[in-house]
Amino acid sequence: MTSNRHLLRLLALLFSFGLIAAACGDSTDDTSADAGETAESDADSDSEDADAGGDTLTMAIVAPSASDDLAFTQSMIESIEALDRDIDLQVTDGTFVVDDAAAAIRGYAEDGVEVIVAHGTQFGGPLTEIAPEFPETTFIWGTSSDTQGLENVFAYYPAADQGGYVNGVLAAAISESGKIGVVGPVEAGDAVAYINGFAQGAMDSGDVEVAITYTGSFSDVALMAEAAQAHLSNDVDVLTGSSQAVVGAVGVASENGVPWFGTQANQVPLDGELVVASQVYHWEVVLVEMLDLRDSGTLGGQAFEITLENGGLEIEFNDGYELPEGAREAADAAIAGIIDGSVDTGA
Amino acid sequence: MKRFLGASIPLLAAGIAFLFGAIMLLAIGASPWEGLKALLDGAFGSWDRLAATAIKATPLILVGAGITIAFRTSVVNIGGEGQIVAGALLSTSVALAVPDLPGILLVPVVLIAGLVGGAIVGAIPGALKAYASVNEILSTIMLNIVMVQLMNYLLRGPLIDPREVEAGTRIPQTERLSDNASLPNIVPGVRLHLGVLVAVLAAVAVYILLWRTPLGFRLRAVGHSPDAARAAGINVKANITMALSMSGSLGGLAGAILVFGSEGQRMVTDGSSTGFTGSAGFNGIVAALFGGLHPLWTIPSSFLFGALLTGATNLQRVLQVPAPIAIAINGIVVVFVVSSGRIREKLDRMLDARSELDGPSGDDTATAKGASA
Amino acid sequence: MRDFFTVSILVATIASGIRLATPYLLAGLGETIGQRSGVLNLGVDGVMQLSAFFSYWAVLETDNLWLGMVIGLVVGLVMGVIYAVVTVVLKAQQGISGIGIFLFGLGFSDLMFRRQVGTPKPANQLPEIPIPLLSDIPWVGEALFEHSVVTYAAFATVPLLAWMLRSTTFGMNIRAVGENPQAADSLGVSVAWNRTFAILIGNGMAGLAGAALVLELGIFQPNLTNGLGFIAVALVYFGAWRPVGIMSGALLYGLVAAVVLQWKAQGIIPRGASDIAAMAPAVLTILALIILAGRVQAPAALTRPFSRH
Repeated sequence: MTSNRHLLRLLALLFSFGLIAAACGDSTDDTSADAGETAESDADSDSEDADAGGDTLTMAIVAPSASDDLAFTQSMIESIEALDRDIDLQVTDGTFVVDDAAAAIRGYAEDGVEVIVAHGTQFGGPLTEIAPEFPETTFIWGTSSDTQGLENVFAYYPAADQGGYVNGVLAAAISESGKIGVVGPVEAGDAVAYINGFAQGAMDSGDVEVAITYTGSFSDVALMAEAAQAHLSNDVDVLTGSSQAVVGAVGVASENGVPWFGTQANQVPLDGELVVASQVYHWEVVLVEMLDLRDSGTLGGQAFEITLENGGLEIEFNDGYELPEGAREAADAAIAGIIDGSVDTGA
Repeated sequence: MKRFLGASIPLLAAGIAFLFGAIMLLAIGASPWEGLKALLDGAFGSWDRLAATAIKATPLILVGAGITIAFRTSVVNIGGEGQIVAGALLSTSVALAVPDLPGILLVPVVLIAGLVGGAIVGAIPGALKAYASVNEILSTIMLNIVMVQLMNYLLRGPLIDPREVEAGTRIPQTERLSDNASLPNIVPGVRLHLGVLVAVLAAVAVYILLWRTPLGFRLRAVGHSPDAARAAGINVKANITMALSMSGSLGGLAGAILVFGSEGQRMVTDGSSTGFTGSAGFNGIVAALFGGLHPLWTIPSSFLFGALLTGATNLQRVLQVPAPIAIAINGIVVVFVVSSGRIREKLDRMLDARSELDGPSGDDTATAKGASA
Repeated sequence: MRDFFTVSILVATIASGIRLATPYLLAGLGETIGQRSGVLNLGVDGVMQLSAFFSYWAVLETDNLWLGMVIGLVVGLVMGVIYAVVTVVLKAQQGISGIGIFLFGLGFSDLMFRRQVGTPKPANQLPEIPIPLLSDIPWVGEALFEHSVVTYAAFATVPLLAWMLRSTTFGMNIRAVGENPQAADSLGVSVAWNRTFAILIGNGMAGLAGAALVLELGIFQPNLTNGLGFIAVALVYFGAWRPVGIMSGALLYGLVAAVVLQWKAQGIIPRGASDIAAMAPAVLTILALIILAGRVQAPAALTRPFSRH
């Protein structure tokens, strides 16, 4: 029993050390996480300005992944922030489970938020119930090519194959081994459109092989990284991929000095040297139209597509990466071809 | 007296856990008071939110009641996630196969399909343990992985919405399931569906099964002492298989209710089990434990955790506090509750002399032992 | 198939398998020590997630990989102290309290990541350090001797722990309190102390495993482990509580995953079957468990808290 008491004392001591260490960690954290904090306070002051401006539109977004995922969700948040309006935006992110998202969407509607973005195809089911309950509210839902016949729902989807095609053209121009690797999570959604467009673009512009691996998991970063490694062992010298889990694969690209193509958001922050170009979604192009329609009394009922032509899709090049001669021209030609319809992306 | 103290200790543990939650809120710069208000408002603020809490509690009650059966038979079931997925997949397949059956038939049919799916996936580790001495903790964990991949395969292939294939988007989801299969609301004007009632009844049924039937007696005998049970002529192996199978079947039922009580009205995957279950397979263990591994106490305990989970969604919406804080608090609750079992035991001993005055409380002692065993 | 059996591909696949095996090995070895002393820890996955986050965060802020490793270890040890209090001092049910630790780790690391880092920023990765001379051996060198320092350490720990368990007094005490705590206690071996040390070793190694995982990738995201810690626990049973057995299990798991990825990259496994192929490691583990079960014995006092009365 005495030994037990000693043990207890020692453990208590160690535990308090642990707590102190944690506390210290926290305090350093407050200083070191400055960037994040300031970013937030910026957002706060933005919304205050907006309040002061008077004619503020209240918006909310419910999204499946994190708001700064360098991919799907971030693209929408940045687009809303890019709108030339006073907007008070509330965010519920990281909510994949449909019923949780439904609760959040309904909560915003009950709070009287005017425009609610349901940023996930799987949220379509609940919208068929929620949208009719709140006829004064505009719901913006995607990615989807139809509004399910709901009068106060706008739908949106990206022609991801178009930017994929352009990235593919560029990749073929860069590749020396003639082998290009693609990693994806699950064969679904705009990932498929992007990857198919990419393969088409690469194969249309040269004698290249495109190897595609789907790991089967959106979340397994380690597996995604090893999938990229497996490509590299097969002489692949250019990589691309889709989904949040690609961050693991970009790490592999960096480590091995292999060029990378991004999609959904600009992925230069992941590697300033090797990210060649990213297809970026500029949803603001269609959001503007939707909000204008709302101003003129149309609360929904239309579907919008972002394309290279309407500027909703943009290939953002990384100035830090030097393209071989003619590559940029080939890409521009592909963009022009897609816009005038002379190039078929295979979609 | 004893009864009162016995119940108050887990509550105290929960209180301490919430204190930790408040500290976490402070650490990330949010006001605990505002946090608590947002939490309570989200969980109980309106009839619909109360209903959302009950719906969130539903899979926890079912998984929790199932866990009780397993634990009372001295087997561990960590396969809740896989069993939920199995029940969901089988019931979804059935609903896709016979969509035109009238609701009065189709609803019971899909619920039974859920039971069966979960029972099959529960029976595998049960049989492996009973007849091949394979540790059930491991086999249930492994089956969780297998079931997730099976779900991904089925939702991307055989069960995928044909429209997704046509459009080329190939989102791994089924087509919109028949309205006939969707669980009807039980209170007019409030989104409180039949599943909640089914879950509560199932928990009561588990109580009756364990303490009022010969089968339940045999299961508990095996749980108490396999050797003694064997000596008394009980087929230990068959009962172990049975226990995990029944435990799994309740998880499967939870899966069916998740699909057909969902506003999504279809099954969809993000490639993980959490994306579909919301970790109900693990949270159900938490709820069962908090309820002292007693099927009836699992009901209020599940409501408590359901409230925490729905409240956390609101916390995120109102205060921008990431919802995973609820998972972290859940973990702390578990650790404190299991730790307090020892304290409860001591109290039990202290109060033993007086407890005779309280009358027979066999279940209560069993509860205390279960929680600290 | 033809492509798969070229030397360079085989070498790359083996190297990839070893990389994938490292976190399983570290976490599994740690869990083994704990279980040999009679303590089951199902919280490994949560500990790994916590240490992975804090280790990543430290490297992100300081660019110091050593600091990252140390932080990973310290987080593991702190969780070990908590787990020792819960299971040894308070004698709580082990399986369940482990689930509590898991849930806490899952939620708290996610919360901290979203609040403190948010976007997945790349941090420094562990460099591959070729071992002089050995890495020059054709093929074998590239497959086995061009890894990170953590991978070498993990594999070096295998004979070390095997020796410790078999031949040192500490190892014998740990086995004694795991097999027959009453007898050990009557001989004056402290059950509580030995179990506490075993838990600290186990959690410390889980912490290192988390750090190894995240620093090999150079990136963190919520639920980074994706159930890896649970598989590590399963590998302990697979490896029959022996360090060499754990190593075999971890290598099997890693290599199967690597082969599957390689076959996907080469198109040998059709895309439609990729989910089915992802089941392979789990199914193989279950099969191995069936074959091994009954031939090996778990520590007799596993999951049983010890009281003198």
